[in-house]
Amino acid sequence: MRRIFFSVLLIAALAAAALFFATHLTIPEDRAQRAFAPDLIKRGGELAALGYCASCHTEENCKPFAGGRPLATPFGTIYGTNITPDVETGIGQWSQAAFNRAMRDGVDRAGRDLYPAFPYDHFTKLTDEDLSALYAFLMTREPVHAPNRANELAFPYNVRPLLAGWKLLYMNKEGVPRGDGSKSAKWDHGAYLVEALSHCGACHTPRDRLGAEIASQHFDGGEAEDWWVPPLNRTSPALVPWNEESLFNYLSSWDAGHGGGEGPMKAVVSALATAPEQDVRAIAVYIASMLAKPEESEARADDKQAEAAQAHPAGAQLYAGICATCHETGGHVPFTVASLGQHTSLHAPDPRNVIHVILEGIHPSEGTVGAIMPSFADALGDSQVAEIVSYLRARFSGGQQWSGVEQEAARIRSEGTSP
Amino acid sequence: MITLNVNGRSRDIADDPNTPLLYVLRDTLELNGAKFGCGLGQCGACTVVVDGKPIFACITPISILRGRKITTLEGLGTEDAPSPLQRAFIEEQAAQCGYCIPGMIMRAHALLAANQSPSDAQIRAHMSPNLCRCGTHMRILAAITGAAAGMRAAGAAAPAKEEEEKE
Repeated sequence: MRRIFFSVLLIAALAAAALFFATHLTIPEDRAQRAFAPDLIKRGGELAALGYCASCHTEENCKPFAGGRPLATPFGTIYGTNITPDVETGIGQWSQAAFNRAMRDGVDRAGRDLYPAFPYDHFTKLTDEDLSALYAFLMTREPVHAPNRANELAFPYNVRPLLAGWKLLYMNKEGVPRGDGSKSAKWDHGAYLVEALSHCGACHTPRDRLGAEIASQHFDGGEAEDWWVPPLNRTSPALVPWNEESLFNYLSSWDAGHGGGEGPMKAVVSALATAPEQDVRAIAVYIASMLAKPEESEARADDKQAEAAQAHPAGAQLYAGICATCHETGGHVPFTVASLGQHTSLHAPDPRNVIHVILEGIHPSEGTVGAIMPSFADALGDSQVAEIVSYLRARFSGGQQWSGVEQEAARIRSEGTSP
Repeated sequence: MITLNVNGRSRDIADDPNTPLLYVLRDTLELNGAKFGCGLGQCGACTVVVDGKPIFACITPISILRGRKITTLEGLGTEDAPSPLQRAFIEEQAAQCGYCIPGMIMRAHALLAANQSPSDAQIRAHMSPNLCRCGTHMRILAAITGAAAGMRAAGAAAPAKEEEEKE
């Protein structure tokens, strides 16, 4: 009886706290004519690329920043909002103060709490200067009249005031720790970009049951839109060790040692390809320092071709008839790594990424040059996909054989394509 | 020996199971509609229809095609009696050099067999894997739109007949 009483008391207290902290004032409309220095707008555009705002706020084949792109989360589907300066449907009425509150506190102009799919837990660390540049850039985009789509979230996640409680539990507003002088200015700049604007941890750090990044597992790898997301620290299973140069290549286009960014990472690479080189290099310097292993080993040439063919003869035959045309050429087909074993996805704890690539193929973003692979969804059945995946795993990875590969292939096929 | 079902006929093929379907079609069966373009599944000149879906014959070994229904350009119509889709390509003069056209027709055939009223956006998205170096895309799109309209106007008769032919 006492326990029930205390539970009720606790829930009431939490609800009261949520109500208290969830009460935000509306920031008055600002429809003043705005003028910005060209340099500020230009830097804002560069920062928008480094934060790849468009990856969530632009729907495929639609106007930039007009919103509408669905983001599947474990709690339901959230739609990117219209952040063009349209007065009715975008953020045309937002003052710099309203913009800064959204970015730092996750509260919109009208005072509503925003979902942390919008990574304000990272943006809260942005400098005033950068927020001004981003604001100047967005407020000078073409206004697009496009009403926001309603999110599809189940109870209780659709109750916005509860987000105030989430913020109390998880928001860490401290700035990015600057180096103690032992690190270069480039590393400091990279740390700031990665932890604040580029919000790498949003996908590369695992999340807890309430969708918050687990701070003690920083960069241990996570997941995004049904793709496994590799770790960005010493726990990375990458076969070929990463360094600043290969990370820069990967982040800005494609790397001969590791291949290219696929799935949710593709939009990140497309955006970073347009960002200033020095900023992307700074990101590479910081991430490379996280990935560095105590004793840097050379790439292990672990190709167990004969063993794998013996264990998975059907997979070996399918590989020879289908995949080998491009993948057994030692990298002579453009944008193909010398050996499939160099792809970190084959060393992942689960087969999702490899299945996604086989079923969906690889298609360069509109207007860009990059790797291309046809979809094999209509040529191969689930059991054939599983044979190939098991063969590849046995041949190139020292890890345990994946289980339930065929069921995963059937699930991924039935759920349709991912980004 | 692998038995393939090509344009409604059973064909026993003695080629190696890893042989791409395209080589079997062109060299063994002498069905030369499907073309060799890139050999990497990137250009679409080799497109044929398997179980109603467009696939690249150049990277599809015959080992995975046992018992599956393969339709090639030769299965649609003849020079004297072209299918409605082929006729639309001729009427729109959609070919310049013509090398990509058999693949284009087969990819479009798969679309129209499943959906006789595709939107422009659907046609463009569906056709995007197939490349044309001459740049006759606008005529190709017009031919597909025209064929769809013609097939709708002719009622359910035309596609039903095509379905029968594929059996």
